[in-house]
Amino acid sequence: MKELITSLFSTLTVQQVTLVISIINIVIVTASLILFVVFMVYFERKIMGYMHARIGPNRVGPKGIFQSLADTIKLLFKEIIIPAKADRFMFLLAPLLLLIPAIAAWAVVPMNPEFLIADINAGLLYLLALTSFGVYGVILAGWASNSKYAFLGSMRAAAQMVAYEIAMGFALVGVLMAGGSLKLGAIVAAQSGGIQNWFFIPLFPLFIVYFISGVAETNRHPFDVAEGEAEIVAGFHVEYSGAAFAIFFLAEYINMALISILTAIFFLGGWESVFSNISILENSVFSFLTQPSIFWLLIKTLFFLFVFVWLRATFPRYRYDQLMTLGWKVLIPITILWIGVECIMFVMEVGPWSSI
Amino acid sequence: MNIKHIIKTLSMIDLIKGFNVTLKALFREKVTIQYPEVKTPLSPRFRGKLALMRYDNGEERCIACKLCSAVCPAQAITIESEERNDGTRRTTKFEIDAFKCIYCGFCEEACPVDSIVETDIFEYHMTENHQRIQTKEMLLATGDDYKEQITKNRAKDSKYT
Repeated sequence: MKELITSLFSTLTVQQVTLVISIINIVIVTASLILFVVFMVYFERKIMGYMHARIGPNRVGPKGIFQSLADTIKLLFKEIIIPAKADRFMFLLAPLLLLIPAIAAWAVVPMNPEFLIADINAGLLYLLALTSFGVYGVILAGWASNSKYAFLGSMRAAAQMVAYEIAMGFALVGVLMAGGSLKLGAIVAAQSGGIQNWFFIPLFPLFIVYFISGVAETNRHPFDVAEGEAEIVAGFHVEYSGAAFAIFFLAEYINMALISILTAIFFLGGWESVFSNISILENSVFSFLTQPSIFWLLIKTLFFLFVFVWLRATFPRYRYDQLMTLGWKVLIPITILWIGVECIMFVMEVGPWSSI
Repeated sequence: MNIKHIIKTLSMIDLIKGFNVTLKALFREKVTIQYPEVKTPLSPRFRGKLALMRYDNGEERCIACKLCSAVCPAQAITIESEERNDGTRRTTKFEIDAFKCIYCGFCEEACPVDSIVETDIFEYHMTENHQRIQTKEMLLATGDDYKEQITKNRAKDSKYT
C-alpha cells in the first residue's frame, strides 16, 4: 500500500504518506464497524427470535435482511427532541462522548500482524483508558437530560462501570504477565504455536472474569441495570430520540464488538488457527485453515458476539445489590487470587513461562 | 456459605444449564404464524361480528321480542317495532353499537327464532365514529353473505348444544 501511494503521489513526503495510509485505514475500520452494527442488529434480533421459538424479523427484504437498514432510516428521520430544561450543549455532546472512545479504541486493535492503525507501545493501557472513558458519556447523558429516571440510570451505570473496570483491569494484568508486552500484536504472538499455547488454558478464571466484566462494562444483559427497561424505561438515554439515540445504539454495539475481539485476542490467540498443528490438514487442500488469518479472528469474535446475544436470551437481569456483590466480592478476589497463582506458575516455569 | 454452595457457584453449573435450554430452543421448530397470509383455525363456536338471518323464503326472522336487547349485558342493542300490514310484529329499527358489543353471545342464546347470530368474522374495521352503529340493513346483509358459513358452523356444533 505504501508503494502504491508513493507511486501515485510522488510529491508527498514520508510523513504525508504515513498520514494518508492512516486515514485510509481509519476509514476502512470505521466503515466496517458501522456495517457491522447494521449486521449485528439483524443477527441479534434473529438469534433472539429463534431462541424464543419465534422467527424474528422477516418482512423487509428476503428473510428480513434489510430490517436494520429500515430501522436506521427510521431513526435518522425522526425528530431529535431536546427537553425544555435540558443543557442543550451537554445533551448533544453526551452521545458523542460515548461514541468517540468506542471507535477510537479500535486504533490499537490489530486485525492481522500487518493491519493496524496505530502501533503504539502501550496498547493495553490505551484500551483501558478509552474503555473507562465511556462512562463520562453515560453520566453526562443522564445529567444533561434533566430527568430523574435518566439520572438514576446514569448513577447506576457509573457505579457498575467503576466496579467492573477493576476486575477487567486485573484480568488484563494477568494477560500482561503471560504475554510479556503491552502491544496487542505481541500478546497474540506469545500465543502462537497451537491451541495449547492460548492463554485461556492457564488463565481460565481470568478469561471468564474478563468476559463477564466486559458484558457488564457494555451495559448489556444480564447487567443492564443502567437501562432497566422495566423500572426506569431506558435509563440514561430515556430522553434521546432520533439520530442522537442512534448514536447511543451504535456506541453500544461497537463496544460489544470491541469486547468480543479483545477477548479473542487476549485469550483465544487472535488470528492464530484452531488447527495449526494438524499435519493431515497441512498437506491437504485445506492447508489455508491451518494458517493464521483474519478469518479466524472474525470467527472467534463472532462466537463471543453470539454469547452476548445468548446471555441476553437466557438470563434475567441481576438485582442491583447482587450485581455489586458479584463485582466486588467475587470477580475482584478471583482475579487477585489468580494473579498470585500466576506468580507461582512463573516461579515453577509452567504454561506460558516454560520457555523463559 | 458452605463449601458446596461455593463450588456450585464457581463452577457456574446453573448458568450452563440455562445456556443449554436456550441453545436447544434455537433449533426448535418455530411457532410463529404469518398472520395476514396464514390464519389460525377457528372453532365453530367462535363469536365474531353479529348478523341477522332470514327464512329461506326471504322473510326476516326477527319478531321484535326484544329478548336480545334485554339480555345484552353491554346494552348494545336498540330495537323499535310496529305491526305490519299482514298483522305480524316486525322491527323498524334494529341497531347494534359495535363499540359496546362484547361478543358474549347471550343474544344468540336468547333468540327464540334464531334470528340474531354471531359469525366468525373477527377482522373488520370502521374509519368514522358513526360507523360503529350497525343498522338492520347492514346486519341482514352480513347474514345473507355469510349464511353458508353460519349454517355449516351450527351444524358442526349441533351435537354438543
